[in-house]
Amino acid sequence: MTTTPAEPELQERLQAGFDATIARNDRIEPRDWMPDDYRRTLVRQIAQHAHSEIIGMQPEGAWIGRAPSLRRKAILLAKVQDEAGHGLYLYSACETLGVSRIELTELLLAGRQKYSSIFNYPTLSYADVGTIGWLVDGAAICNQVPLCRTSYGPYGRAMIRICKEESFHQRQGYELLMTMMRGTDAQRAMVQESVDRFWWPSLMMFGPPDGESPNSARSMAWGVKRNSNDELRQRFVDMTVPQADALGVTLPDPDLRWNEERGHHDFGDPDWAELAAVIRGDGPCNAERLRHRRTAHEDGAWVREAASAFASRSAEVAASASAGPSGGAGAR
Amino acid sequence: MSADRREWPLYEVFVRGKRGLNHVHVGSLHAPDDAMALRHARDVYTRRNEGVSIWVVRTDAITASSPDEKDPLFAPNGDKVYRHPTFYEIPENVPHM
Ligand SMILES: [Fe+2]
Ligand SMILES: [Fe+2]
Repeated sequence: MTTTPAEPELQERLQAGFDATIARNDRIEPRDWMPDDYRRTLVRQIAQHAHSEIIGMQPEGAWIGRAPSLRRKAILLAKVQDEAGHGLYLYSACETLGVSRIELTELLLAGRQKYSSIFNYPTLSYADVGTIGWLVDGAAICNQVPLCRTSYGPYGRAMIRICKEESFHQRQGYELLMTMMRGTDAQRAMVQESVDRFWWPSLMMFGPPDGESPNSARSMAWGVKRNSNDELRQRFVDMTVPQADALGVTLPDPDLRWNEERGHHDFGDPDWAELAAVIRGDGPCNAERLRHRRTAHEDGAWVREAASAFASRSAEVAASASAGPSGGAGAR
Repeated sequence: MSADRREWPLYEVFVRGKRGLNHVHVGSLHAPDDAMALRHARDVYTRRNEGVSIWVVRTDAITASSPDEKDPLFAPNGDKVYRHPTFYEIPENVPHM
């Protein structure tokens, strides 16, 4: 490769253009020049986000067949279907960065790309469906609302669509829990037990503390991230405490209390060693989630092949029909 | 099989939100053919009455302007201020203009 003397100058000009767009709080669009690191960071983050939506269907999906009424079953089906849609919006956004969906799927199946740690916890009781909607989708909303203003256009637009749908997810979960809390003592105990299990993993969804999140600063400078992990975690706690009160459950944190001076709740530290273990692959359901995803992918292979075969056969028939003397008689 | 044989072609999806509005680009998806692209678009992008009409177009059928040539491409209208109504001075006492 020959480097013309103009090339470093061109690089500088491109970088300056990119920096100016970010500084103006404007959006970067797919065909714009962008630094390699920016592209790589986005691919990693958006892919991880997409995989989370897809893997995230499993814990709740396990309860579709056991939902206690047709109404609850229809709601749960719609919610899980939304999560599939969220995954697709995000894969679509990620593909604008020059990677293909099949590549991303293969990286997930090979365990080389991550998804949110929260989906490696089991759903042991039906109350978990409600708790996930309330706390897990609630935490996701806290994370996602600021991402609607992320600097990469397609990612931000996908987040806007997703956020519109998340509100249904959180509300159906909270309503489910409210219904159970109006029931028997056993049902109330089931809700409390579920909240006890999901509270800390929900707080972990915001990632490690700011001091131990090495890439955060750069992501913030690029406008990919708009708030730090700790800021969002605090926002989530402050939003959730009054909801827990209204529901009549206790959040399992002895250090949780209102701090008049800060105007925020103080709260205890999640077990960061547990988060590290779950991310490393040693959570309660990591192996099961990936195994299930692989099986689903393999079981669907014949459908993809049949659709491709039908498409190419139809194209052949259409081509020979338009070439032949009768004309017009297409495959369909 | 090569990667491109395995992967269905990419389609861009445009949705008309309601009568009277333009179709707007909403995202993309993979599908084996046009008819399936339309069905997938219905399921992925209009689960809550987001549209009354959908267009799907194969991504490789779209020709786009390049951002690098944005200046030369759009420059010709930059100096044509006389194309804007504010270029013309009309006395205050002339109504309805
Ligand atoms: Fe989602
Ligand atoms: Fe959700």
